[in-house]
Amino acid sequence: MTGKYAVEFRNVSKNFGDSVILRDLNFGIQRGKITTILGFSGAGKTTLMKHILGLVMPTSGDVIVLDQTVNHLGELALREFRTNFGMVFQYAALFDFLSSFENVAFPLREFTKLSEEEIRSKVMSLLDSVGILPEAAKRLPSELSGGMRKRVGLARGLALDPHIMLYDEPTSGLDPITTHTVYDLMRDTQRRNEHRGFTSIIISHDIHATLKYSDYIVFMEKGRVVEHLDVENFKKSENPVIRRFLEL
Amino acid sequence: MNLKAIAEARVTDLGENILKHLQGLGEFTNFTFRTLFWTFKPPFRFRLLFDQIYFMGNKSIFIIFLTSIFTGAVFAFQIYLGFKAINADSFIGPIVTIALAKELAPVLSGLVVAGRCGAAMAAQIGSMKVTEQIDALEVMGINSYQYLAVPRILGATLAMPLLSAIFLLIGYWGSWLIGVKVIQIDEILYTQKISDFMRLGMVAEGLIKATVFGYLIGIIGTYHGFTVTGGAEGVGRGTNMAVVWGMITVLVVDFFLTSFLARIL
Repeated sequence: MTGKYAVEFRNVSKNFGDSVILRDLNFGIQRGKITTILGFSGAGKTTLMKHILGLVMPTSGDVIVLDQTVNHLGELALREFRTNFGMVFQYAALFDFLSSFENVAFPLREFTKLSEEEIRSKVMSLLDSVGILPEAAKRLPSELSGGMRKRVGLARGLALDPHIMLYDEPTSGLDPITTHTVYDLMRDTQRRNEHRGFTSIIISHDIHATLKYSDYIVFMEKGRVVEHLDVENFKKSENPVIRRFLEL
Repeated sequence: MNLKAIAEARVTDLGENILKHLQGLGEFTNFTFRTLFWTFKPPFRFRLLFDQIYFMGNKSIFIIFLTSIFTGAVFAFQIYLGFKAINADSFIGPIVTIALAKELAPVLSGLVVAGRCGAAMAAQIGSMKVTEQIDALEVMGINSYQYLAVPRILGATLAMPLLSAIFLLIGYWGSWLIGVKVIQIDEILYTQKISDFMRLGMVAEGLIKATVFGYLIGIIGTYHGFTVTGGAEGVGRGTNMAVVWGMITVLVVDFFLTSFLARIL
């Protein structure tokens, strides 16, 4: 895995029946950086993310992730391939029948042969790194606040030391202070893991946080990539849609 | 609107409905084959299977106990009311026991499990779907059918014959209480008549039926969980469909199984 891009879209289009969701996408997401996919609702951001994970296949074109063409992988290979990812969902998607500790331990139990002691030590260290106190480790997701759930979700996503971390609207429903705490945490996670080519991809429509925390921004509208720039150049973009977004 | 337009609209509606149901049947068949495929693929999660057997079996025992004891008792009493006129009340034992073994135990256990566990399966999986927990499993590289559906289907398939056997034993005990203790039929005569008429094949018939019902309740419950759309309302709808179709399936399949098993047992 030495390429410049962690993810590359080559002539990717996606149709669902008659409706075109993604239109001829050609771009790459830089390895070792934070890239935010920005756009209005219905722009195709979530479908794009599902293509990266191989949950949805393109109608035409190729999706290349970590030097593998995702749309050429078989079902079993895809499952193995997905262990390269960590993901934080919009509402954390913690398993509601498991405690915070067990949620983070879940991927370790499923995919590693670590002993109970090693699992315990790794889970507590992950929870500590996202600011979850040991006493909260025993709580069920329903007993945690929205911000705490996102943190546990982040710890769970990091459990298998993924190469790519995906965040789907990670701060929706959170107050502004917690939003920035979560973003700080995402940035710290990126910095701690940058040396091994760790890449963060954020799906968002929070323009202010995006400008503050991202290295690159991909702006989508109606299934097309309108701009793909670093943050400084994005701020200077003359594109009227982006200007409208920036002025919000 | 003229008559031709109305007729066209009706035919279109009918066609769309037929297509929708055929599509649903196709999806259900696809789901069934996918779960079958993943049943035989490692990793085998025995702990999840035991958890499901415990949930469906052990946690249903009290309801099965209540249902079976009163079924046996009331059936014995009804037979007595009918048969005493022709002096055949000593036949209460074999009639109730055969009916329990062949029909009442598997069917009523099936209805109880469809109501209790079919609903729970659809609600648990449905709420996991609407809160993206199933997506989280898939993103981790875990097959959600294998993780969620397979243990529940196998759990129901294995728990149902056990519940049906318990239903039979307790139902027999309920009928014995009425027959021997209330109506005062001679106990030796009561049990003697049962051993005269009962055959092992009758018990086997009930257990086979219960196993098939368990599998179907599992498939229907999990399918309606996986196909939930929307939020809480969707989960409610899925749960409702799981119970309704689970119960209907038990009753309909019972008829065909009875016709089939009557020829081979």
